[in-house]
Parts: sequence; structure tokens; C-alpha cells
Amino acid sequence: MSNSVINRAAEATPPGMARKIKGLSDRTIAWLFVAPTIFLLLAVNIFPLAWTIRLSFTNYRANRPNADVKWIGTRNYERILTDSDIWMTMQATAHFLFWTIFLQVLIGFALAWLINRKFRGNDLWTTIIVLPMMLSPAVVGNFWTFLYQPQIGLFNYVVGFLTGTDPTSFSMIGDVNLAPWAIVIVDTWMWTPFLMLICLAGLRSIPGSIYEAAECDRASKWRQFWTITVPMTLPFLMLAVLFRGIENFKMFDIVVQLTGGGPGSVTELASINLKREAFEKWRTGYASAYAVILFVTVFGLASIYVKALNKVKER
Amino acid sequence: MSDFSISEPSRGQKWIAGILVVVYALITIMPLVWIIATGFKSSADAIAYPPKVTFEPSLEGYVNLFTTQTRQTEEYFEANPPETWYEEIVHDKGLAIAGPSRFGERFMNSVIIGFGSTFLSVFLGTLAAYAFSRYRVPLKDDLLFFILSTRMMPPIAVAIPIFLMFRSLGLSDTHLGMILLYTAVNLSLSVWLLKGFIDEIPLEYEEAALIDGYTRFQAFYKVVLPQAATGIASTAIFCLIFSWNEYAFAVLLTSGTAQTAPPFIPTIIGVGGQDWPAVAAGATLFLMPVMVFTILLRKHLLRGITFGAVRK
Repeated sequence: MSNSVINRAAEATPPGMARKIKGLSDRTIAWLFVAPTIFLLLAVNIFPLAWTIRLSFTNYRANRPNADVKWIGTRNYERILTDSDIWMTMQATAHFLFWTIFLQVLIGFALAWLINRKFRGNDLWTTIIVLPMMLSPAVVGNFWTFLYQPQIGLFNYVVGFLTGTDPTSFSMIGDVNLAPWAIVIVDTWMWTPFLMLICLAGLRSIPGSIYEAAECDRASKWRQFWTITVPMTLPFLMLAVLFRGIENFKMFDIVVQLTGGGPGSVTELASINLKREAFEKWRTGYASAYAVILFVTVFGLASIYVKALNKVKER
Repeated sequence: MSDFSISEPSRGQKWIAGILVVVYALITIMPLVWIIATGFKSSADAIAYPPKVTFEPSLEGYVNLFTTQTRQTEEYFEANPPETWYEEIVHDKGLAIAGPSRFGERFMNSVIIGFGSTFLSVFLGTLAAYAFSRYRVPLKDDLLFFILSTRMMPPIAVAIPIFLMFRSLGLSDTHLGMILLYTAVNLSLSVWLLKGFIDEIPLEYEEAALIDGYTRFQAFYKVVLPQAATGIASTAIFCLIFSWNEYAFAVLLTSGTAQTAPPFIPTIIGVGGQDWPAVAAGATLFLMPVMVFTILLRKHLLRGITFGAVRK
């Protein structure tokens, strides 16, 4: 790095000035600059994580701080992994994850592909499409409960108008069969622009000369799409899916506001279930073990995925 | 791509693509338009069936948002006739204004916590990003990955010990506690984004400054910082938007003095259920700044949402 330049400059100048040029040593500056960040992250992330792990082996309850805390080994973990309710939650989470990502990839890629036709005014429309993604999920999610109202809601009215069904005959958030789709719709509405923006960057990174070469070889448009467009945007698409996957595994705000996990517990995703255990039932030890399991799952899945992503990039 | 390249889409293609995208944009923007419109409806219009597209604009929602009201008798109104326009609006329903609502306070909390944590995370993030960009920091890649991985934790998972920690430190429901928490959450974003921006500044500028007799530190704040100004500004906006929108920590760790607007707005209720015009009015005021920032930021949007992984 520029280290050598400083040294050369320092050697060429009298000793008194040399110290001034060097000022603090590089090492000290680097350490001073990085330390506060690392310290804060240790205090607010790693220390609490370690604490969670410790609590997960106890029967501690945060609403009874003075009660005896017993060390109960791995009992919390055993109970979680054999609990059928937790598996229901995992199923709800998997349903949500699969469908949101599937729909967002499909619609997001299609939109990006269309926007890449570079029609006039595409910048303006892109900005408009991006808006929902930037807004507060809790506030917007809450407003969607209004749009989903059986009689007065705009969503039901439009669906009724288009399909001919009576808008008062179905309730998106009150019906056990529809509620899982109600949350998928709102999440897809909100986050499709995310996939779109990243796919657009991928499409724009493909040099036009590749298509020209394919054209010379008389490759059909269809073939060009599958052999050039798709493989070259794949690393971007996979990165976007990674981000959405992690975010939606943690999904809390939209769903809490929309359905609160109900009706019954059909939309009780992992984070909502965890919140209920930790802050409503106050089973702190149990919830901590649950949190550890979730974190390990996210981290594990993400690491495997990143390896796959790197393989795709290398090709 | 040149204008006459064979891979340039035809006029017809452009038209079809344009129409499809515009249709999607109009559908996707509907809920937002509906929020803004509902804020200006009277409570009767808001819950009319079929949903009303045209209506007489009313400021009832905004008045309800900012005030608390009580029912009063005719004698009371004879003794204290409504003086201002907002008292008129409430008077029509047989109510009188009792005082300000908590919305203003909650909104200010969002502002204080948002700006406080943004300032701190950008300040700390710039220092760390500079060090990671310019110096040989031991275990650099591991540290950078560690910083990013803090974002993978579900907020609810760390919320339990943070709740206990705040309780024992007396930080529960305080501005300081929330500022520190959001700063820590935002640091991953600010370090990664800013490192990308600083990496793009040529080293030669600093080398020239060092030869001119600047110390390393002076070179940092007189040469690098001004060069990174745009990057720092857009990073700050991203941090601000995150703190502004954050809900999970806010709802679990604050209840009164430090409660921000996102957990508050959904709890606005009127007589017999949620007061939708007031909720929509609150949402409009709360979402507006972010809409404006999104438009200002559109060039850097992609970078921000991918933590600097994708640059245009």
C-alpha cells in the first residue's frame, strides 16, 4: 500500500518533521478506527447471543427474576425438537418462504426483463415500482388489514369485481385457508421490487456484443434467452434470493400486523411463535433454546447457499 | 450498446414492455394511493360500500390523529363555542377537543432515535470502513464477515437478552438504549456500503496529501472524507430508513417514553374499532419522508439494498 510512500517521504525529511508526517502509526489508526465498531457489535450482538445460549440450558423465566434458576441441560432442546406445534410453525414458515420467493423471482425477473427493453420513461416507472419496498412494513402491513376487509376493503372489492364473487363472501385474514395466502400476497407486493432491481442490474451487466455474436450464429431468441440471459443473471438472482430468504425466515413485522399468527396458528411463522414463547408465555429458557435453533438453521442454510452461489459465480 | 445494434429491442417490443410495466406500476401503487386518500376521507366515507373513489375531502382523520376528544353536552358547547376549524370538525360529531394525542411525541421519538442512530452508525462505520479499505487489518475478511453476519440473527432471538440487559442497565424504554441498539444493527450496512465507496477513491489523492506534509489523520478527513461525501450521504439515508421503519425491537423494547411511530400507528383506535382515516393520516405523514428519500436515492438504491454487493 502507500506505506512505502510515507516511509520514503519520512526518510527524506529531517527527524522532527518525519514524526509529524507519520503522525500516529498505521497500526494504531487502524486499531482505533475499527475498535469502536467491533466493541459495539460484541456488546449488542455477541454478548446477548452468548447469554441466549447460556439461558437455553436453564428454566429461567424473565417475569420471575427472583425465582430459582435451575440448570436443566438439553431438556429445552429435546422438548422443542419433539414438539408438534413447532413443526406446524416450521411448515407455515416453509410455505411462506417457498411461495414468496417463487412469486417474487418470477414477477421480479419478468419486470426486469421488460424494463430492460429500455422504453421511454422506464426510470420513472422503476422508481414508482420500488416505493413499496422502502416503506415501514408494520405500518403498511397494518393498512393492508383494511384493504382485506370483507365488505369495505379495496382488495375484496377488486377481486369481487374481476371474478364475480361476492366481496363479502370471503375474508383473506379470517379464513384458515386464505390467511397463508394473504401474507404471501402482501410480502410479494412489497418485496418483488427487490428482486426486480437486482435482476435488472444482472441484465444490464450482459454486454450487447454477446447477443450480437449469437445473432451471427443464428441462435433463436428463445435459445439466446436460455443460454445467455438466464445463466448470466443467475448469480445476481441467487444473491437476491439469499437476501430474501434470510429476511423472510426472520419475517415478523408484516405478518404480526396482518394476522398476528392467526386464525388459530395457521400463519404463526417462526419469529412470531418465538415472540409468543418469550414475551407472552415468558418461558425465557425454552424460547432461548428455540432462538439458538433458529439462528443455527439460518446460518447453516445461508452458508451452504453461499458455497453454491460461489460455484455458480466461478463458472 | 450502440443505437443500431441488432440486439436493440424493436419499437413494437418497447411499446408492449412499456405498457405492461406501467400497468404493474399502477396496480402496485394502488395501496399507497389508497392510504393517502383514506387520510382525507370522513369516517363515513372511509368505510362506505362500495369503496369510494371520489369523495368530499375532509381533515377529520388528521384532527383525530393529533387530538384526543371527549363527548360533551349542549350546555358545554353553548358556554364554549368551537373557535377554530379543527374544533368545528370535532363539534359536528358532538365532541370537544380534550388535548393533544400522543402521535406528535411518537413521531418525535422516531426522529430522535432515527437521527441519533444514523449519526452514530455512519460515524463509526466511516472510521471502520476507512481502516478496512486502506490498512492491513489482521483477520480482515473474518471481521468483515462477522460484521455482516450480525444481520442474519432474527431480531426476536437477540431481543430476549437485550431485554434483560436493558432492564439491568436501566436502558429499557429509553432513547439512548434504542439509539445504541439501532446503531449496532445498522453498523453492518454502513461498514459494508462505505467500504465500497471508499475503495473507489483512488489512493493517489492520499499519497499526494501525505507527500505535501499531511499526517495520515489529516489526509483522512481533509482528502478522503470530502471525496466520500455522496457515499456517506446515501449510506446515512439507508440507515435512517432502517431505523425509521424498524418494528420488531421497537414493539418489544419500548412501550411509552421511547416508543417510535411504527408500533404506535396501528394502535390508533376510535369509537368502536380502528379509526382508519386517522391511521391513514398517520401512515401518510410517516411514509412521506421515506418516499421522498427513495426518489432522491434512486441511483444508489441497488447498492444500499444489497449491502454494496451489487454496484451499477
